[in-house]
Amino acid sequence: MFGDYSLGDLGSIFVMQGFAGLILFSVYVLMALGLAIIFGQMGVINMAHGEFMILGAYVTWMTSNLFQTYLPGLFAGYFFLAMILAFLASGALGMLVEWGLIRHLYKRPLDTLLATWGLSLILQQAYRSIFGAREVGVELPPWMLGSLKVTDSIEVPINGVFVMCLTVLITIVVAYVMYKSRWGRQVRAVVQNRIMAGAVGINTEKVDRYTFGLGCGIAGIAGSAFTMIGSTGPTSGQLYIVDTFLVVVFGGAASLLGTIASAFSISQTQSTLEFFMSGSMAKVLTLLAVVGILMLRPQGLFALKVRK
Amino acid sequence: MTNARFATRSELIGILVLAVFLVVILPLCLDVFRLNLVAKYLTYAFVALGLVICWGYGGILSLGQGVFFGLGGYCMAMFLKLEASSVENTKIQSTPGIPDFMDWNQITALPMFWKPFHSLTLTIIAVILVPGIFALIIGAAMFKRRVGGTYFAIITQAVAAILTILIVGQQGYTGGINGMTDLRTLKGWDIRPDHAKIVLYFFEVACLFGCIFIAQFIRHSKLGRILVAMRDKEDRVRFSGYSVANFKIFAFCVAAVFAAIGGAMFALNVGFMSPSFVGIVPSIEMVIYTAVGGRLSILGAVYGTLLVNFAKTSLSESFPELWLFGLGGLFIAVVLAFPNGLAGIWQDHVQPRIDRLLSSRKPKPAAGWTDNSVADGAPAE
Amino acid sequence: MLVGHQPKEFLLAVEGLTVSFDGFKAVNDLSFYVEENEIRVIIGPNGAGKTTVLDLICGKTKATSGSIQFRGKELTKLKENQIVQAGVGRKFQTPSIYDDLTVFENLEISFPRGRTVFGSLTFTRDAVVRDRVHEVAEMIFLKDRLNMSAELLSHGQKQWLEIGMLLIQDPDLLMLDEPVAGMSVSERVKTAELLNRIIKDRSVLVIEHDMKFVEDIAHKVTVLHQGQILSEGTMEKVQNDPKVIEVYLGH
Repeated sequence: MFGDYSLGDLGSIFVMQGFAGLILFSVYVLMALGLAIIFGQMGVINMAHGEFMILGAYVTWMTSNLFQTYLPGLFAGYFFLAMILAFLASGALGMLVEWGLIRHLYKRPLDTLLATWGLSLILQQAYRSIFGAREVGVELPPWMLGSLKVTDSIEVPINGVFVMCLTVLITIVVAYVMYKSRWGRQVRAVVQNRIMAGAVGINTEKVDRYTFGLGCGIAGIAGSAFTMIGSTGPTSGQLYIVDTFLVVVFGGAASLLGTIASAFSISQTQSTLEFFMSGSMAKVLTLLAVVGILMLRPQGLFALKVRK
Repeated sequence: MTNARFATRSELIGILVLAVFLVVILPLCLDVFRLNLVAKYLTYAFVALGLVICWGYGGILSLGQGVFFGLGGYCMAMFLKLEASSVENTKIQSTPGIPDFMDWNQITALPMFWKPFHSLTLTIIAVILVPGIFALIIGAAMFKRRVGGTYFAIITQAVAAILTILIVGQQGYTGGINGMTDLRTLKGWDIRPDHAKIVLYFFEVACLFGCIFIAQFIRHSKLGRILVAMRDKEDRVRFSGYSVANFKIFAFCVAAVFAAIGGAMFALNVGFMSPSFVGIVPSIEMVIYTAVGGRLSILGAVYGTLLVNFAKTSLSESFPELWLFGLGGLFIAVVLAFPNGLAGIWQDHVQPRIDRLLSSRKPKPAAGWTDNSVADGAPAE
Repeated sequence: MLVGHQPKEFLLAVEGLTVSFDGFKAVNDLSFYVEENEIRVIIGPNGAGKTTVLDLICGKTKATSGSIQFRGKELTKLKENQIVQAGVGRKFQTPSIYDDLTVFENLEISFPRGRTVFGSLTFTRDAVVRDRVHEVAEMIFLKDRLNMSAELLSHGQKQWLEIGMLLIQDPDLLMLDEPVAGMSVSERVKTAELLNRIIKDRSVLVIEHDMKFVEDIAHKVTVLHQGQILSEGTMEKVQNDPKVIEVYLGH
């Protein structure tokens, strides 16, 4: 099947296919980071995570429209403000949801799943009522259009490179917050022993609320980044939710490194397979492989053996 | 607590009331179109019933019941489709005698896995066995390795996603996104006219009661009590000498087979089958039927299914935007405020009043209903 | 170690047992032997690995290396339910009973019959089962509470119920993890009486901190420290062992 291509062409195709995989990887990592905090650290299954992401995407879309209408001169930089607004909007909604819903259900994880699914239906319908059922796309600032020519036959799109850089940056920030900051230590303390953490003076309710908010806020940033490479509709979030959960579970729920490794292997497998077969079969095979491996190794890629 | 092998007195009364409602009242009050709609809703009641055993009693939440509903439905639909695709009916195709969608996808011979579905007997066996064995494999792989709870829910969801993508992607073999439509006859008997719909309705209700009886038997056997015990203290059951995994696999398989029977009934009563009943969204919706009825109540599952679907039909006919708000709100309300659903409300508010009414006439309190101590206990988690 | 010496038949022979959690050896090369009808008490400071030893024997935790022989069967290769069926019963530290079931049903589930899926589907509550449940319920002071939901029992009654659930199982080796912890003084006395009655005709492995209680029942005492045996023998011998006094009793 490779007969028609020269060796050089083939190399370029693989590089570009690999790059497509890297963009998918970035989206997975961005979505999974928020989920890894909420599910991995708090044990809460948030089925509405995709909708928090879409909220970020809509916020970005609205910001870009505002800039286009009122501040066309500053349009090149709107994205940075949009990202901050997306983080704040999704984070605020997340904290509200934690207060109104999640905190009543910490001892019933399966029920949280159902309740947040209900929330996701409501949010989807809200988006549909407010923004319409059609998908919307944002206009990219001019500097993000076009592609970088790496060699004569290899080109990579600038928006893809930008999303990847953003992913790296956010991952580093999250890793710092979770593992190095005082607040991250409090989160992990609450996760490991809620009662004891409360006894040593940590306000566990506040930690829960901010953790959930942070996870949702990161989802908002993911949605914001997502607009750079695709369009947004009311149900776009639902398309990614199972994939994202699989990424987190496959990585070993509590491990940030595991999440990144699993996002990388899943996205690379899928985009490589897509070269050989139809997109849907590539997806089926990738998911099957993940489910198969999880059946053999339920604890995921990275997990500790602990004394219970 | 009694020694009831199968049902206590009050449960028997409940089953009788449901039977009168489904067999007498509904057929008398509704026209054939509406009755057929009820038949469609009741196919989901099979799924909800299975979820009572698996989720309510066993504590295993499967978010992939659509998979089994779909497998059962597709098995039945394949049989009906083959019968509808006789050489005579399909002589305008380039390859007569194969289903139309295969012809459209340039497939020239019936694939091997379709061949057994020429026989009704093999089809009925397949409706039970294909989902049953599939559940056995998933269950054995997961439960033997102690995967449960939220992980299991996510994996079953992934399985539902995989199967949907597969069915949609393999259009030539499955009919793709449109599914299998234009199903006509069952062994030469036309399933489309009104009188056939009525017969099929009663047949379905009979099957539903068959499943209710099986569920009742399981609930009142020691196995039912072990499921409740397991949900509560899995380790204690294990250290009482039981293989917890085997009991979970059993509950999951029962739920899968019930769902598959529902799927087969769907193909018969509604006349088509499509991937839109297989995926994640319908699978979770089926869980809400059980939750609304009361996850611990066998009869509640039937009422919950009927109620949610009636609401869905009437709301989405008149206010389509409101329906998703309503459904979402229902999820949240049931989980937060009524974890035991309709059955819980009945047991806490209606039943005591009836009992008080009865005991004020008769000084002796009605025996039997105290057996529900299991059902009206604390919520599952 | 025992070359040329023919050991007598032990009920339980633990040899070279080690378990390591991420490099930390909670139990380290542990060997001990329990005879038929022996009552062995394991004591030791917190974190000595006492509960882990019971976990290893009943299969809750998998050993990293070593062997556990019970009546000639290698337990490390069996699953938890197979270990129970071989004749090992285990009581947990905090009472582990089924809150949603009645006392009767709690005991009935532990009755050793119909333990397979289909066995439990066809299980009938016949006279044998009922008589045995009533008999055990009388022993554990819960005769008049058979139809009560188990979650309504007091802490001490829950402990008794779990002991009763083990009793109905009729194990050859009974393992109890702090059976009198958290009990009132009068409950403690009743429990000691109950334990003295049920430990006849079987071997018992007990973890306990209450030294008075240990002195009352122990044939032999094993002192664990940092996953290893510090001392073993009669209560008197152990009490006078300077190593033991230093790490444990001296506190």
